[in-house]
Amino acid sequence: MKKTAFWTAALIALALAAPFFIYPIFLMRALCMALFACAFNLLVGYVGLLSFGHAAFFGGAAYIAAHTIKVWGFPPVLGLLSAVAVAAVLGLVFGYLAIRRQGIYFAMITLAFAQMVFFFCLQAKFTGGEDGIQGVPRGYLFGVIDLSHSLTMYYFVLAVFLIGFGLIVRTINSPFGQVMKAIRENEPRALSLGYHTDRYKLLAFVLSAALAGLAGATKALVFQFASLTDVDWTMSGEVVLMTLLGGIGTIAGPIVGAFLLIGMETYLAQAGSWVTVIEGSIFVLCVLAFRRGIVGVVAGWFSPAAARGEDDAIAPSEAPRYEEAPPERVVEPQGPHPLS
Amino acid sequence: MLSSLHLALPPAPLLFAQLLVGLINGAFYAMLSLGLAVIFGLLNIINFTHGAQYMLGAFCAWFLLNWAGIGYWPALIIAPLAVTLVGVIIERVLLRRIAGLDHLYGLLLTFGLALVIEGVFRQAYGSSGQPYTVPPVLQGTVSLGFMFLPIYRAWVIVASLFVCLTTWFVIERTRLGAYLRAATENPVLVQSFGINVPRMVTLTYGAGAGLAALAGVLAAPIYQVSPLMGSSIITVVFAVVVIGGMGSILGAIVSGFVLGLIEGLTKVFYPQASNTVIFVIMAIVLLVKPGGLFGRTA
Repeated sequence: MKKTAFWTAALIALALAAPFFIYPIFLMRALCMALFACAFNLLVGYVGLLSFGHAAFFGGAAYIAAHTIKVWGFPPVLGLLSAVAVAAVLGLVFGYLAIRRQGIYFAMITLAFAQMVFFFCLQAKFTGGEDGIQGVPRGYLFGVIDLSHSLTMYYFVLAVFLIGFGLIVRTINSPFGQVMKAIRENEPRALSLGYHTDRYKLLAFVLSAALAGLAGATKALVFQFASLTDVDWTMSGEVVLMTLLGGIGTIAGPIVGAFLLIGMETYLAQAGSWVTVIEGSIFVLCVLAFRRGIVGVVAGWFSPAAARGEDDAIAPSEAPRYEEAPPERVVEPQGPHPLS
Repeated sequence: MLSSLHLALPPAPLLFAQLLVGLINGAFYAMLSLGLAVIFGLLNIINFTHGAQYMLGAFCAWFLLNWAGIGYWPALIIAPLAVTLVGVIIERVLLRRIAGLDHLYGLLLTFGLALVIEGVFRQAYGSSGQPYTVPPVLQGTVSLGFMFLPIYRAWVIVASLFVCLTTWFVIERTRLGAYLRAATENPVLVQSFGINVPRMVTLTYGAGAGLAALAGVLAAPIYQVSPLMGSSIITVVFAVVVIGGMGSILGAIVSGFVLGLIEGLTKVFYPQASNTVIFVIMAIVLLVKPGGLFGRTA
């Protein structure tokens, strides 16, 4: 416990000092994406549900925040809160429908819902179509603090990130978090113990959506615009990559993955489409050889317990190869007869 | 009554032209979701690379025409074979290694592959499309009285129906198809009968990729040959597959054509919804019949 407290304090001190050494806009972007990745990791790493449509919450909240702040004149915090509320409601609706299926089906359904949101944002009047919503004023925090200075804005974003991240850590280490992990490991057993697993999954989904929305809304405030890129399905893919690279199911993994990926994108901004190629290659390499992610591997060096067997972070169950007996997928419902 | 609903009903030739566009789109949805259903049925992987393989097929036809002077008809055979080879290599080198893991890793791997392939082509050819001319034999239109039917469009519909029904026939009614279906249910037992299951899996993935490429060649004269053509269509195809039932061949074919038509109709009567109507239908199907229309309910 003392070690964690020490490292946390050190990292916070580092974060407080960082904008004096590193370009604050980059740091803010990385922090927003880190919060997004942490929210995503809550769902995939701790409940075991891979959502391929999280950009819907991220980008949707960005649009709501941008619109309420710019057009309706909301103060920043109120704009963020309304965006989070909308993201949570969206998460409730999508989650209720998507939870009915698991695994690959769940991923496909979330992808399709995200596409719905994308096309809605493309066509709705208030989103400005291809242009997006531009020129969102940063406003005054609580009426007094001027957020248009990068440094002040950075500390605000850091505070938002720490609140969101703290909420996630608190959730993971709570009884609710334990039930989530139980559901990930063996849902029928959790059911047999009397837990309404669907409700837990839905709550986790809504929480993840709300926090992703917080990240998106903050990003809209930082860059002062919301655009279609925020709701594009490639954004959903990016957050998956960040979490996979950093380490699914680890606490610090998504943050590491986010900073690495944003760093790479910023550094290689001139390279055009090669960034996509590199991202795709990292995806392939991670899936083939690096499934525990960076933090997963590093944790393995320091603690043999952590290295025990999590080579398969998404579903720790033993899944045999097809040369052996076909897996008894107890968790998956019996799908349609293949090739019928 | 219709006028009181303030629906803009266009004149008959325009209406049927829009329906034809819908039918053509449906033909491509059907062919692409067919390939996805075949691959998913046997490998239990969502082949995200399918869109990229579709794009590869179209580009292959374009390369053959512009670099080797080889026309449309040979390209219809060469391009799918080339992409089948690519698919075989992908399966053998990459997918084989993660075969025992959770199927979501297959989705992530093929997603990464799709990014790589599209990124390379986008770097080389930009985002705009390259033109590909309709082969001379299929140029021109035929007047059907209530509308004009471009001959190439008619050929696409006939060809896609032929491809879909042939694939369905092979899988459902031939011995090879029976081996495939058996291997999906119980690969160990089938392998113990002496059938080379790993090789069948590799060839099936290759065949799925080839199907996508064939769709790409057929699409080349209609849509532009662009690096983005795969990613713009793949999410709709996923929705079609979910609606039809993820491993169901017949479901993929029927849903593809029907949903294309519905999309075309929506464009006539309520254009703003034409992009999202398929996803809305998917949400409804999931509420009513989570296994898909032709799949067995979970």
